[in-house]
Amino acid sequence: MSHNVSIPHRLINQDVAQAPSVVRATFSSLWNPFNSFLEWFGELGIFAWQVMRASVRRPFEGRELMRQLDEIGSKSLPLVALAGAAIGAVLSLESRSSLVRFGAKSMLPAALVFSIIHETGPIVTGLVVSGRVGAGIGAELGSMRVTEQIDAIEASGVNPYKYLAFTRILACVLMLPLLTLAADFCGVLFGWIADTLADPISFTKFIHRGFSGTSFSDFLAPTFRTVVFGLIIGMIGCFQGMRTQGGTAGVGLSATSSVVLSSLFVILADVILVKMILVFFP
Amino acid sequence: MMLPEQQVLLDVPESSATASTENVSGDSGGPAVVIRGLHKSFGKQIVLNGVNLTVKSGETLAMLGRSGTGKSVLLKLIIGLQKPDSGSILVQGQEIASLDLQEMTDIRKKIGFLFQGAALYDSLSVEQNIAFPLKRHTEMTKSERRDRVKELLANVGMESALKKMPGDISGGMQKRVGLARALALKPSILLLDEPTAGLDPITSGEIDELILKLQEEHDMASVVVTHDLLSAKTIADRIALLHEGNVLIEGTFQDLSKSDDKFVLEFMKRDS
Repeated sequence: MSHNVSIPHRLINQDVAQAPSVVRATFSSLWNPFNSFLEWFGELGIFAWQVMRASVRRPFEGRELMRQLDEIGSKSLPLVALAGAAIGAVLSLESRSSLVRFGAKSMLPAALVFSIIHETGPIVTGLVVSGRVGAGIGAELGSMRVTEQIDAIEASGVNPYKYLAFTRILACVLMLPLLTLAADFCGVLFGWIADTLADPISFTKFIHRGFSGTSFSDFLAPTFRTVVFGLIIGMIGCFQGMRTQGGTAGVGLSATSSVVLSSLFVILADVILVKMILVFFP
Repeated sequence: MMLPEQQVLLDVPESSATASTENVSGDSGGPAVVIRGLHKSFGKQIVLNGVNLTVKSGETLAMLGRSGTGKSVLLKLIIGLQKPDSGSILVQGQEIASLDLQEMTDIRKKIGFLFQGAALYDSLSVEQNIAFPLKRHTEMTKSERRDRVKELLANVGMESALKKMPGDISGGMQKRVGLARALALKPSILLLDEPTAGLDPITSGEIDELILKLQEEHDMASVVVTHDLLSAKTIADRIALLHEGNVLIEGTFQDLSKSDDKFVLEFMKRDS
């Protein structure tokens, strides 16, 4: 049985003519985002180089650095401490029921301390600071860009990469490990409070059990991992802020993209750094 | 020393060559800013298309033109905030495209810039705003800096605003403070981007008077970008009208008024 289906020539010709344009459209829809991504990385690299070059030139902006240490460090402390405390309490409550089920209740302090110091403290601090500080830097520098304040700094013969970017990046790098220590401390403290409410245990005993199996390297490498988090948050916040375009809408976009990108890169860096720490500090 | 063959090739008389070297050294009497064949585009949009312009020392040049003709871009090119696509900009005899960062900083110290929205640093007080360039480019002590800031604020009639934050003062006051900051390092060239934009006629008049007074006192070369014909008439020695990426006409206000070019007539009609 033959199927005599006749397709009008006009339609066939149209399809053939449209085929290359469909391929081109598909290719460009794949290529354009990839191209933008590569461009963004390239510009970030140039920005990092300019900041690095500016950082070694005198004068050093000590006063602005102090202001940023306060802005990024002291003012983030309550939020970081609260986040650390909440995570500590939740971890304690969640772990307790599981450990009791397996008859390993006495392992709770060690499990809690290990978990907070190794992973929860650094990553929670990184994400909380990227939310608070990343948005702040992105919005502040973005607003300075659209109101020509960055141009005014440059026109005054002052390098904005040093005055604005380097001070903020350095403050993030210096403050992240300290904030992580605060988050770790609050996490352990509130982990103990949550534990002792269910089954009273002295703080000294809790700490003794918690830290009995840990060494200095357990503590050092994860805490200093946050130096990289600080570098990421500061660098991306400043970069996104200083390249802002398009008025107030652009400022909003810079603030949002600073948070999204710095959080994303903090998580990616965490995966890579955890692997590296496991290799170098087994 | 130029060889005779080179002299012939360049077709430059020896006297002219010597004069040009004097300008390059930045001696007084030479032009403050010389722009030759300046091109600048943003994407496909051509903003400046071969602009030639000279600003003499001590003179005030007003730049007029429709919105988007590249007047503000020209100011930013002069101070090196943007890079030209091609052409040359000589500031006190120095080609700014060829300067390194330190040389550019040295040039910028000689140029005061008043931005359209004043661009005061909103995290710093009025005093800190004006002291900002002084702190970084002079050896002044804290008390000397404070005295200089007070003197500059007195010049613009803003002594009382010393401790105020930029957000707490009006637009006109911000322009005055911006002007004081632009004058902090005693520049020899002043670039003013729409100094009277968005201000009421009385405040605009006050700003014009202030600019005239400061020019008399400091003897600077000034380039003023403005849409305000009355302001241009009041403060400028010479006016240049930008149109379609180029200088359509330049001369005194009277020269422009006498022009029979259709666009110039249309533009100047706003004054009557």
